Amino acid sequence: MLANANRLTPYLFLAPAILILAVALMYPVGYMIWASFLDWNPSQRIAEADFVGLRNYTNLFSDAAFLESLGVTLRFAAVVVTVEMVLGVGLALLLDRQLRGMTILRTVFILPMMIAPIVVGLMWRYMYHPTVGILNRTLKSMGLDPVPWLSDGGWAFTSVVIADVWQWTPFIFILSLAALQSLPKSAMEAARIDGATGWQLIFYIKLPLMMPVLIVTALLRLIDAFKVLEVILVMTNGGPGLSTEILALRISRTASEFRELGYAAAMSNLLLILLMVLTLAMFFYGKIMDARAARIRAEAEEAV
Amino acid sequence: MPEIVFDSVEKSYGPTRVLEPFDLHLADSEFTVLVGPSGCGKSTTLRILAGLETLSGGEITFDGNPISHLDPKARDIAMVFQDYALYPHMNIAKNMSFALRLKKVAKSEIDERVQRTADLLNIGHLLDRKPAELSGGQRQRVAMGRAMVRDAGTFLFDEPLSNLDAKLRAKMRTELAEMRNTIDKNMVYVTHDQVEAMTLGDRIVVMANGVIQQQGTPEDLFKSPVNKFVAGFIGSPTMNFLDGDLTDVGGTMTVAGDGFSLPLSDALAARLRTHGGKAVTLGLRPSSITLEETAGAAIDLRVIVAEYLGAQSVLVTRCGTEDVLVEANSATPIAPGTIRTFGVLTDELMVFDRTSGLRI
Ligand SMILES: Nc1ncnc2c1ncn2[C@@H]1O[C@H](COP(=O)(O)OP(=O)(O)OP(=O)(O)O)[C@@H](O)[C@H]1O
Ligand SMILES: [Mg+2]
Repeated sequence: MLANANRLTPYLFLAPAILILAVALMYPVGYMIWASFLDWNPSQRIAEADFVGLRNYTNLFSDAAFLESLGVTLRFAAVVVTVEMVLGVGLALLLDRQLRGMTILRTVFILPMMIAPIVVGLMWRYMYHPTVGILNRTLKSMGLDPVPWLSDGGWAFTSVVIADVWQWTPFIFILSLAALQSLPKSAMEAARIDGATGWQLIFYIKLPLMMPVLIVTALLRLIDAFKVLEVILVMTNGGPGLSTEILALRISRTASEFRELGYAAAMSNLLLILLMVLTLAMFFYGKIMDARAARIRAEAEEAV
Repeated sequence: MPEIVFDSVEKSYGPTRVLEPFDLHLADSEFTVLVGPSGCGKSTTLRILAGLETLSGGEITFDGNPISHLDPKARDIAMVFQDYALYPHMNIAKNMSFALRLKKVAKSEIDERVQRTADLLNIGHLLDRKPAELSGGQRQRVAMGRAMVRDAGTFLFDEPLSNLDAKLRAKMRTELAEMRNTIDKNMVYVTHDQVEAMTLGDRIVVMANGVIQQQGTPEDLFKSPVNKFVAGFIGSPTMNFLDGDLTDVGGTMTVAGDGFSLPLSDALAARLRTHGGKAVTLGLRPSSITLEETAGAAIDLRVIVAEYLGAQSVLVTRCGTEDVLVEANSATPIAPGTIRTFGVLTDELMVFDRTSGLRI
């Protein structure tokens, strides 16, 4: 009896938190899932909307605009995360040393991350301005042709990528730097004695040892990159054409401009599933690493 | 293999002086042992030689060429770290073969060398494991193996056997002694262990507080230590020190102190006559005190405990207020608590200046 009560006690204490979570998290998600099966106009109450089954989802896959937007999102996330990882890790490898002023430099490096996305978007929009923006003015003063930063499809995508890289490289930089500085110093020394050059040290010792942190960092960034909205909204609002219309933007436009709440909900769900897959990948990566370690240990024990 | 010369090398971390300027000459293919108490700068000396620390002054030369500006990589050195410094993400085989792989040695040769070294060190069955899955002693052997598979000109060992059990340590010591005789390499070896130092070293360097106290062959250090510190550090059980005053008893130079009065040999007395001071410290090795009171000058000691070691026992005795260790044959039973007269071989006595600690 008592043992039973003891076993239940933790759940009793957890109950309020679970309840709040359920309401705060599950309710909106459930609402969204339900909505994605409806043909729902914002002027209707949800109960008045027609149930259309999976039509919203099937429509998605024949909707060229949506597929375009999905493509932009995937491309954006892939490019942005790759560039940021390379730059962030590279910078960390460069700045991982005891030099005077390094603390200040590091602080300066992480400033972009602290700025609100809307502000970042506005700032870059001004800098990209075709005539008065600093970038084109500089190009002009150097006698070069101005660049249609935000008015040309190809350039707009690049411009948006640049802004994101500017804002989020510091995130990867500080995490990589922390990982680097917690690496065992003596292993590095041993490698130098064993004859490793600077590059060999990076590729055979530093990067492999940082890998668990790097993988989690990349996944976190990837998840975030799929959800990016404000900066692009302010800079291009998805244009020109659909060249920078990432999913989040498409969803918001579907809901507010095209007034198709059910359809927007279906899109959101798809994005959610995509993110879920990534999160699960992260989770399983951890699990797999643990299992691998356990297996090796077991084998080692057997061998004795 | 290079002849290594330290020329007034010194090391400071900021304002703290860790190594006072010192000279050291390691002849070709010599086995040098650095000994000294914890924190005296042994590891620092090795790390400077390896190029892991910069030196604050002086120069190191290999065969006359200055090398202090060179990378560790360019110094042709293999090193066993005090904290092992294994690569956590590589298995043992990969750990051991890292240097060879960087040098692009043929795979078959790498495998062969790794296997041979691993078998020698009794870690052949661990090659697939990661360092985290080994015990301290096993890791230490891997660290040793990682250095030994290499074909470097100079080997640096920082307390490489400190974590092994007595039997394995003895085996490794023999192994190292053999390596020292058969391969033509410079070895610099740091240890706390008397026996290791005495059995392995062609030359022993005794350090204290960042200063080299004395260097020489094991016999030099044992027979003629320059000061009280070296005398106390070399030899096991350690030398006994008794404070006393020089007096002249009927024409014989004698050192007398609390509970003892020992005549000095003529040779020692001759050296002491020119020495002004009276306050001295007498040094007697535990092996210079015998159970036969007629074998030398008599000294009365109260036996406190007898530490039985087998054929030999170490008697902890007291002379006045000082503890005195005596090495004795276990055949003669000695009851603790008794006062007994021992014989001191006065030829083997050493006398140190009490203030400077230097041997007279
Ligand atoms: N990075 C450092 N900064 C300041 N002082 C240091 C540093 N490294 C070592 N020291 C100091 O230098 C002295 C010598 O250190 P070292 O590691 O050479 O000692 P050791 O003789 O190897 O001792 P042990 O036998 O305990 O290993 C110590 O007093 C230590 O505190
Ligand atoms: Mg040390």
